[in-house]
Amino acid sequence: MSIDLKTIKHISKLSRISVDEQKAEKLAGDLNSIFEFIEKLNELNTDNIEPLTSVAETTLKFREDEVKSENIREQIIKNSPEDNEDFFVVPKVVE
Amino acid sequence: MSDITSQSLTSLVQKIKSKSLSSEEVTKAFIDRSEKSKELNTYVTEDFSNAITKAKKFDQKPNFDLKLPGIPMAVKDLFCTKDIRTTAGSKILENFVPSYESTVTQNIWNEGAILLGKLNCDEFAMGSSNETSYFGNVQNPIDKGLVPGGSSGGSSAAVSAQLTPITIGTDTGGSIRQPASFTGTVGLKPTYGSCSRYGIVAFASSLDQAGPMAQNVEDCALLQEVISSYDKKDSTSIDFKRNEYSKELSKDIKGKKIGIPKEYRVEGMPKEIEELWKKGIDYAKDCGAEIVDISLPHTNYALPTYYIVAPAEASSNLARYDGVKYGFRAKGENLIDMYEKTRSEGFGAEVQRRIMIGTYVLSSGYYDAYYLKAQKVRKLIKNDFDEAYKKVDAILTPSTPSSAFKIGEKKDDPISMYLNDIFTVPVNLAGLPAISIPAGHDAAGYPLGLQIIGKAFKEQEILNLAYAMEDKINFKNKITDWWIK
Repeated sequence: MSIDLKTIKHISKLSRISVDEQKAEKLAGDLNSIFEFIEKLNELNTDNIEPLTSVAETTLKFREDEVKSENIREQIIKNSPEDNEDFFVVPKVVE
Repeated sequence: MSDITSQSLTSLVQKIKSKSLSSEEVTKAFIDRSEKSKELNTYVTEDFSNAITKAKKFDQKPNFDLKLPGIPMAVKDLFCTKDIRTTAGSKILENFVPSYESTVTQNIWNEGAILLGKLNCDEFAMGSSNETSYFGNVQNPIDKGLVPGGSSGGSSAAVSAQLTPITIGTDTGGSIRQPASFTGTVGLKPTYGSCSRYGIVAFASSLDQAGPMAQNVEDCALLQEVISSYDKKDSTSIDFKRNEYSKELSKDIKGKKIGIPKEYRVEGMPKEIEELWKKGIDYAKDCGAEIVDISLPHTNYALPTYYIVAPAEASSNLARYDGVKYGFRAKGENLIDMYEKTRSEGFGAEVQRRIMIGTYVLSSGYYDAYYLKAQKVRKLIKNDFDEAYKKVDAILTPSTPSSAFKIGEKKDDPISMYLNDIFTVPVNLAGLPAISIPAGHDAAGYPLGLQIIGKAFKEQEILNLAYAMEDKINFKNKITDWWIK
């Protein structure tokens, strides 16, 4: 199998990372060699094997849904890249 | 080297408790040495003046019942520290100041330790040489131009160069053990679920685990005792009986069965690694352990499995960096354009590569062929260990397939970089604890490490084995202070 430039463009769109031609070609080369390495897994028959999703053999614990952090708006907003007082600001989305 | 910075954590704790040293003296000694060691580029953010203030405060009203009374220490810059910039080695978090503290670091401050600063690491812990950090390469104190390993490269270099008595790193595929091995230090990756992941910048959530790095096994045990705790804020934290690892440390390992997996004898492995492993087996025998040949048949499939599972989880975890709520933002013509440019300019090449791999293996039409397949092979790898542990108490392997390499040597060849983690990755996939201890030198005088892998939750067992072997090995790190003018 081989990852072509069209696939790279598709993945870049899905992952929201802009990619120019030069970068796309470099990525195609890198990903192809990595996937060649990964293909080794196809040597194994895994038909009757249960997938392992977590090594922590516990069931998730329930807890009360209660507010524990209050009045932290200022602290949270402080890290926002656009200057503002009350909201996160993004480029205009409604015409 | 100063009389203070060359001492072990255990010795510094005793001296502070007996009042033969003050916290201020100790803190100043590590700061002085750090100031002279800028060339190593271990620190991303220093917090030296606050550290001295805190040390003075400790000395005015000392509490000697604490486990780390007035002990200064720097931590990997992947742990969120309240009001102190936390970058994860990335441009995208260059100006991020957390409003909360990670559980692991909180546990450390609760026991009296004092933050010196935040240590360099590979970007989002993705790398094996610290070369993917936005904040530049870290020099290995062993020799100029040598990588310190990664991703906890600033941490390993800082302990090795005695800029901090101990530190903490994180290990997703070997990021504590490989750098420990490259710098002649000790690093423990605990069982998955032992140390809380709350407040650690996430890479691959089913693999990430924090752990201690130190000059010796005893210090490592003490720090593990402090950081390991059950935490409700981490849904995969496990509530099990934790030992007082340093108090229960014992060199009596007589009759312990140690497995030697034949599959770790990989093609092209340097002769000196093979010899180190043989020596390790002899040391274990000298300590009274029994050596058992075992097989972990799916070892060769661990790296390909890891390079599906880890990028898949990373692509999901790193979706949060969108330039909206925190971190770097690039200008864009519209919202989507802003997202795409922010992520393209904010992430480095290796991180983008892994996000792309992860996005691809999770994308429609490929999920079963890659991600599901990898999860099934992960099960086979875990089964291998379960089988082996019916016969043995622990497993002994080399930590890495080579000693530290030169900066730049493997940077443009991702596969050759990934192969560094061939002996460490299976442990993360199976969620087991493992420790790397320095055990010898190669022809160039660079340190080599041995890895002891334990059963889940048996940190005490591998610490004891490491403690006994450390005594026999009697390793001396060859640090010349070449960077101090």
